[in-house]
Amino acid sequence: MIIELGHFALILALAVALLQAGLTFTGAARNDLNLMAAGRLAAMAQFALIALAFATLVHAYFVSDFSVANVAENSSSAKPLLYKLTSVWGNHEGSMVLWVLILALYGAAIAWFGDAMPPRLCARVLGVKALIAIGFLLFILLTSNPFLRLSPAPEEGMGLNPILQDPGLAFHPPFLYLGYVGFSVAFAFAIAALIDGRVDAAWARWVRPWTLASWCCLTLGIAMGSWWAYYTLGWGGWWFWDPVENASLMPWLAGTALLHSAIVVERRDTLKSWTILLAILTFSLSLVGTFLVRSGVLTSVHAFALDPRRGVFILVLLCIAIGGSLALYAWRAPALEPGGVFAPISREGALLLNNLILASCCATVFIGTLYPLFLDAVGGPKLSVGYPFFDRTFVPLMIPLLLAVGIGPLLAWKRGDVLGALQRLWAAFAAVIAAILIAYYLSHGGPVLSVLGIGLAAWMGAAAVVELADRLRLFRAPWSEVVRRALAQPRASYGMTLAHFGLAVTVAGIAASGFEQQSIALLHLGQTLPVAGYTLRFDGIGKHDGVNYTADRGDFTLLDGTRVVAQLEPERRFFPLQQQTVSKTAIHTNFFADFYLALGDPDNKGGWAVRAYWKPLVPFIWIGGVIMAFGGGVSLSDRRWRVGVAVRRAAKSALPANRSRA
Amino acid sequence: MSWRRAAYLLPLIAFAALAIYLSHGLAPGYNPELLPSALIDKPAPAFDLVGLKGEARLSNRAFADEIVFVNFFASWCVPCREESPVLMDLARRNVIVLYGIDYKDKPEDAEKFLQQYGDPYRRIGVDDSGRTAINFGVYGVPETYAIDRTGHIRWRHVGPLTADVVKKEIMPLLQELGAS
Amino acid sequence: MIRALIAAAILLGVAQAAFAVEPSEMLANPALEARAEAIGKQLRCLVCQNESIEDSGADLAHDLRVLIRERLKAGDSDAQAIKYVTDRYGDFVLLKPPVEPATYLLWFSPFVILAVGAAGAWFYLRRRPTPPDEPLDPNQRRQLERLLIDDQ
Repeated sequence: MIIELGHFALILALAVALLQAGLTFTGAARNDLNLMAAGRLAAMAQFALIALAFATLVHAYFVSDFSVANVAENSSSAKPLLYKLTSVWGNHEGSMVLWVLILALYGAAIAWFGDAMPPRLCARVLGVKALIAIGFLLFILLTSNPFLRLSPAPEEGMGLNPILQDPGLAFHPPFLYLGYVGFSVAFAFAIAALIDGRVDAAWARWVRPWTLASWCCLTLGIAMGSWWAYYTLGWGGWWFWDPVENASLMPWLAGTALLHSAIVVERRDTLKSWTILLAILTFSLSLVGTFLVRSGVLTSVHAFALDPRRGVFILVLLCIAIGGSLALYAWRAPALEPGGVFAPISREGALLLNNLILASCCATVFIGTLYPLFLDAVGGPKLSVGYPFFDRTFVPLMIPLLLAVGIGPLLAWKRGDVLGALQRLWAAFAAVIAAILIAYYLSHGGPVLSVLGIGLAAWMGAAAVVELADRLRLFRAPWSEVVRRALAQPRASYGMTLAHFGLAVTVAGIAASGFEQQSIALLHLGQTLPVAGYTLRFDGIGKHDGVNYTADRGDFTLLDGTRVVAQLEPERRFFPLQQQTVSKTAIHTNFFADFYLALGDPDNKGGWAVRAYWKPLVPFIWIGGVIMAFGGGVSLSDRRWRVGVAVRRAAKSALPANRSRA
Repeated sequence: MSWRRAAYLLPLIAFAALAIYLSHGLAPGYNPELLPSALIDKPAPAFDLVGLKGEARLSNRAFADEIVFVNFFASWCVPCREESPVLMDLARRNVIVLYGIDYKDKPEDAEKFLQQYGDPYRRIGVDDSGRTAINFGVYGVPETYAIDRTGHIRWRHVGPLTADVVKKEIMPLLQELGAS
Repeated sequence: MIRALIAAAILLGVAQAAFAVEPSEMLANPALEARAEAIGKQLRCLVCQNESIEDSGADLAHDLRVLIRERLKAGDSDAQAIKYVTDRYGDFVLLKPPVEPATYLLWFSPFVILAVGAAGAWFYLRRRPTPPDEPLDPNQRRQLERLLIDDQ
């Protein structure tokens, strides 16, 4: 009964979305304030309805209603409650409902905060969002309906894949969706601007907060997914260049580029048609990613159920959405007024370089991911593209950008002085040399690339700090002046410093993976294993069973000489329902290094295979991601992004050349 | 149309190309996990395996001058049960010469499997270590190979055989190889 | 020297992932074991998607790891051991796609795209007039203000 209510709510949401599209586009075309206001109400109603539908699905999982096919396929009554919740989006149909829920959430938010926006812009944005919603609601209702009943209802469900039963996974998909579904807002703004025929600083001001919020969520989502893979998969890998991972990385790269080019549009009113294209492409990449993951075109460790019929539907959606928007771009973009000029060496130039490299990196990931399909389509040999390709192309491309991150913020707008900037960065150079020497010494002459990577990270981090100190006139002006400046700085500039610093932290963590040390051995009770200067002692093995699994748990003590550092209890869990064995690693971290322990197979003679790793700086990878997202959040809280303020500023900053109204 | 305007069309054109490739990926029969065999038209790897149930050994020397099908199976392999009826039917009609290789299996389990689902094989070899399978390029069970009269591998099928595969691939293959 | 750099590159690229090799598989000779690991890192586990045989716990991965170690003990060079596997499984088993005519597009496209993008950016910057250095004179300033007021 309740689930039918949810089903009905979703159908109603589709009707409301159709209404919303009609109201908003007609209202904007006729400049009818009433229609446009009604459109905003429709957006909020759409969200309420989809939320209701989602709630009924969650309810069905919580009470383990196995008459609902989706619950029967993905849940079991013996599961802990948290995983009953995460099972809702741990499968294709449920995750699509989450997808449209977040789409509608952003739409409702725009409608809610849209008072200060020009009504026609707001209306058109909501109109585009409604069109996207229509497409995906149809997709759910016609091909991926989670509200269908199963008759007769089974006694027990098939359970959730044991590997997915993890608290880290609870938040990974929602954040990912808040990220790449959130880019639909920038997309909608771009379409609205093309319809309007105008892109100006005001537009960039409106777009930025939404893009920033999406970017923060996506950064956290990717970091979470990587961290989850690291501690779940039993051998310490955190990035595999798997198609599904790439599908989330590409919008992130494009979204980062978009954030930076939007700055140029806002400050200097230039790079407009490129920014519009980027906004379209970022969400397009989200859509293509959705297609890749759900259509069976590519296989990966965690692709959803493979069904070409669904793939066809999504492909059609893609053609309409992306093809339509790119056609609109080709038609309307040439008419956009060109904006301000700038010299190649300048802040704008640095941001242009940022975009150039990020776009190339994104294209590289894209080509690498789709190349096997391309080869097959043209009748070529069957090949696979694994991490060696990405390591040899993506990494070299990124390095110039990472170097430039240090200098860019120090360049002036319009025309910058590189030598002057470099002079002010002398402290950063010193930091680089110090870092390289320290890394080399500590790692006893470890891999060259890792040592250089640490140097690069030091450059980026120190440069971010130096730039801030420079702006505050630290050590050059009296303290009262410094404090005054510090308080007067717009939050967005602190956000930038934090985000760039976070990136440096992540780069350090990645570079240090070359310093990792491992020990693999067969241990009997009481035996010890030396790892990276520590000693690991195998103390015991016992049975520890959980709600839906049986497990062998090992007791290990990590010693530094004779001092006990940690007790580690890795497990091997067996899930009888799925007949699957999952290794649960034990990790001891002091946030500067991880000691990583996995229990392997027993040899049935009392010995157990043990894999122990010492991974220096690995936590930095995710800590850096959190810092980046935090920096984005700080930027988001900047008063200037509050939509009301942007209206007044926009009027003053519009340049004379920008007078065309379509 | 000026060059400048034409440039704005590039993204759309690029997307159109992409859509075409993506639709190729959706075509029925496209399966990114299915690998073509690297040994097509190459001599079948030599092997000499212990027989099942104490029977005579199975080696490729036994494949005299006839077209031979080699089917890798195991008792723990679920899709193998699906293809059993198809193989039994082929054996009963004497359409092909079928040998089986039991991959990484306990002989008792294999015998129970054959008792339950039937034994379509002329003879069975036991590949305990999986090394023969690796030499054939097997990466999962079931897999079926066709070896021609000259001892060269001419065809491989990954996954369970179905009546459809028999009709559309095996029968034409027999004609083609029989003629050569 | 080049080989050391390449080895370092491989190590940096691969060291992020750790190993599923069992203690019983590992060779006594550390130099051979290191070579076996390096080779294993380049071979795809065919039943797991996107993992190397060194990283995967699958049966087939185990068999291939043992096979590689046997080949190395038998005196094969790295290239010969890899060829032993690609002879049987095809180039698909290589995680690094070989650089051959079929993959020139793949390998060179990142840098070609960067170059094309850079050229595009360069032309975009070049066709703009350089920014004026002098500030506006009072007449021009008045004109500007009039235009701005017009705009609002």
